[in-house]
Amino acid sequence: MTETLTMGRAINQGLRCALERDPKTLLMGEDIGRLGGVFRVTDGLQKDFGEQRVIDTPLAESSILGAAIGLAMRGYRPVVEIQFDGLVYVAFDQIVSQLAKMHARSAGRVRMPVTVRHPYGGGIGAVEHHSESPEAYFAHTAGLRVVTPSNPVDAFHLVQQAIASDDPVVFLEPKRRYWDKAEVDVGSAPGLPMGSARVVRSGTDVTLVSYGPMVRTCLEAAAAAEGDGTSIEVVDLRSLAPLDLKTVIDSVRRTGRCVVAHEASVFLGMSAEVAASVTEECFYELESPVLRVGGFHTPYPPSRLEHHYLPDLDRVLDAVDRSLAY
Amino acid sequence: MAIPTHAVDDTCVQLLTPEGERVANADFPLDVSDDELRALYRDLVLVRRVDAEATALQRQGELGLWAQVLGQEAAQVGAGRALVSGDMAFPTYREHGVAWCRGVDPLAVLGLFRGTTNGGWSPEEHGFAHYTIVIGDQCPQAVGYAMGMQHDAAENAAMVFFGDGASSQGDVNESFIWASVFNAPVVFFCQNNQWAISEPLERQTRIPLFQRAWGFGFPGVRVDGNDVLACLAVSRQMLQRAREGAGPALIEAFTYRMGAHTTSDDPTRYRLDTDVEAWRLRDPLERVRSFLHKQQLVDDAFFAELDDESEQLALSLRDGLRALPDPSIDDLFANAYAEPHSLVERQHDEFARYLAGFAIENAP
Ligand SMILES: Cc1ncc(C[n+]2csc(CCOP(=O)(O)OP(=O)(O)O)c2C)c(N)n1
Ligand SMILES: [Mg+2]
Repeated sequence: MTETLTMGRAINQGLRCALERDPKTLLMGEDIGRLGGVFRVTDGLQKDFGEQRVIDTPLAESSILGAAIGLAMRGYRPVVEIQFDGLVYVAFDQIVSQLAKMHARSAGRVRMPVTVRHPYGGGIGAVEHHSESPEAYFAHTAGLRVVTPSNPVDAFHLVQQAIASDDPVVFLEPKRRYWDKAEVDVGSAPGLPMGSARVVRSGTDVTLVSYGPMVRTCLEAAAAAEGDGTSIEVVDLRSLAPLDLKTVIDSVRRTGRCVVAHEASVFLGMSAEVAASVTEECFYELESPVLRVGGFHTPYPPSRLEHHYLPDLDRVLDAVDRSLAY
Repeated sequence: MAIPTHAVDDTCVQLLTPEGERVANADFPLDVSDDELRALYRDLVLVRRVDAEATALQRQGELGLWAQVLGQEAAQVGAGRALVSGDMAFPTYREHGVAWCRGVDPLAVLGLFRGTTNGGWSPEEHGFAHYTIVIGDQCPQAVGYAMGMQHDAAENAAMVFFGDGASSQGDVNESFIWASVFNAPVVFFCQNNQWAISEPLERQTRIPLFQRAWGFGFPGVRVDGNDVLACLAVSRQMLQRAREGAGPALIEAFTYRMGAHTTSDDPTRYRLDTDVEAWRLRDPLERVRSFLHKQQLVDDAFFAELDDESEQLALSLRDGLRALPDPSIDDLFANAYAEPHSLVERQHDEFARYLAGFAIENAP
C-alpha cells in the first residue's frame, strides 16, 4: 500500500492509524477540527472520528496540557497539538513541572502517554514566534522524550510510535518540510525503534549530524561536496532525547571528524551535547574538534533576515571545510 | 429556588443604528462636534483603505501575511480616539485602526508583515505598545504599565486590546485579577468578532463576555462594535473613570470579523457566507456615511477630497513598502542586549568574517 505523501499528509495518516487502533486515543488542539489545523495535518480526522475524539479546545495552551494530563490519568492517550513553536511556552509549566515528572512522582504508578505535537523551525517567511526551535528546552527536561522526523516515511511511523509510548513524547514537526514528498508504505512496520538514529548517507571523510529540517540541507551539502571529492556521512538523529549516541559514535570512529548542524541557537543547543559526548567517546579517533553550525544567540530575526540565521548549504560546507582543514 | 445559570442582562450600547439613526443612551451620552463626526468618518475610511491596500499587497507577494481589520474599524477608531496623550494602548496583531489613531505610520505596521521588523516604533512616543502575537501576553503588561501610572499619580490610563479567543487565555484572566485587586487604571477592550481563527465564540464562553467582569470585581459593558459613536462614548467614559481612580473596566465590542483570520486562512472551511452577509448590513462605515448625509454635514466635495486622500495614502503605501529597507544582520546582533555581551559579540565577529569570505571569493 505505497502512497506518495507529503510529510504533513504522512503525519495525518499516522494519526489516523493511531485513532483507529486505540479508542482511548484523543486529539486536542486549537483549530484542529473543521479547519484541520493551520497546516491541515489533522484534515478530515474530526469528520471521521467525531468531535469527542478530535477536540477543538478553548484558546488556552496551559489547559490543553493540563487537561491532557488529567485525561491520561483517566486512562486516555491524548495527542495534543500546539499551533506553533513560539506558542508552546504558554504550556511550558504543565509540560515541565507536571507532565515530565508524573511518572517519577508516583513511583511509577501513573503513566503519561501524552504526545505533544507542534511545528517548529523557520524558513517559511513567518511572523514573530512562528519560526522557533525550542527542542533543547524539552530535551533538557528529564521525563520527556523528544523526537523529530526529517522525511515523510519517518514521520508516518514516528508519530505512531510516539503515541504508543507510555512516556510523554514531544513530537516536533519541521514545518518547512511539511510539503516534502516521499513514497510511504502505510501498511508497513516501522524500520527502526523510536529512539534510534539513522545513517541516511554513507561517507568516509566526515560525519555530519543533524535532525528535522536540516537533514535535507545536510544531504544537499553532502551531494555538493561529493563533486569536490569530499565524502560526507550524514546521520539523522531522529530522537533528541534520548540520543542514539552509538550510531553517532560508530560513524565518527569511521570518519574521525564530526560537524553538527541545526537551526536552533548553538549555545547550549543539541549540538553542544553531541559534541561533548563525541569528544568523551572518540577522543583518540578524532582528527579535529567537533564543530557546530546553527542559529545565533539572538532572537529569531524578522523573516527578511532569516536566510542569514538559518544555516544553509554554504554554512554547513564551511564547517565541513574547517573540520577537514585541521 | 432555581439556580440561575446565567445573568440575563445582555444589552448592548448603541448610539447610531445600522440605518444611520442617532439614538440616545442616558448612561453613555456623547457630545461630538460636526468636525469630530467628519473626522471619525475620515478615520474609518482611511483605516479601511490601509487594510484593503495591505491585503492587495499581500496577494502580490509584497507581504508575507496580513491580518485584516475589515469590519472592526468602528471598534478600533472609537476606542483609539477615546485615548488621550499620555494614555498607553496595548494591541494585538490586528489593531491597525488603533495604530492609525495613535499616529503610528501604517508602513511601520506593514513592515511587521513584510518581515522587515518585529516592532521598531517607540511605544512612549505614540502611546502605543508593540503588536503582540502570542495571544493574551499583552494583558498583564498593560496592568503593570497602569500600576506604574498609578504610582506616578499620572492622570492617564492604559487600554489593552484582545479578542474573544484570547478571553480564554490564563494570562488574560490573571490580568483581570491584578487589575481588580490593585485598582489599576486599565480598560480591557475585547473585540468580540465571534471567531478565533476557525473556532466560534461558543468554544470560548457560555456567557456574554462582558459579564465576566463582575466576577473579577469591576464593571463590564457590551457595546455595538460596529457603531463608532457608541465605542467612542463607552471608551471615553471607562477611560475617564480609570484615570480618576475608579479602577478597571471591561468593554466588549460586539462585532464581526468580515475577512479571513489572516491571508493564510480559508474561512470557507468553517463558516457560512450567509453569516458574513448578515453582518454586511451592519457595516461600520455605511451607517456613519448615511448619518452624515441625512444631517447634511457633508457635501460632494467632502467625499471627493476624502477619495483623493485615500488614493494618495494607498499610493504612498505601495511605494513606501517596496522601498522599506531590509533589516541588517548587524542590528540583529546589536539589539539582542542593552549591554555588551561577549557571546553575541563573538558570534557577530565570526559571522561578519564568514560573510566577508564570500566577498573575497566573489571578487574579480
Ligand atoms: C498563545 C497563542 N496561541 C495560539 C495562537 C495562534 N492564534 C493566532 S490568532 C488566534 C485566534 C485569536 O482569536 P481572537 O483572540 O478572537 O482574536 P482575533 O484573531 O479574532 O482578532 C490563534 C489561535 C497564538 N498566536 N498565540
Ligand atoms: Mg476573535
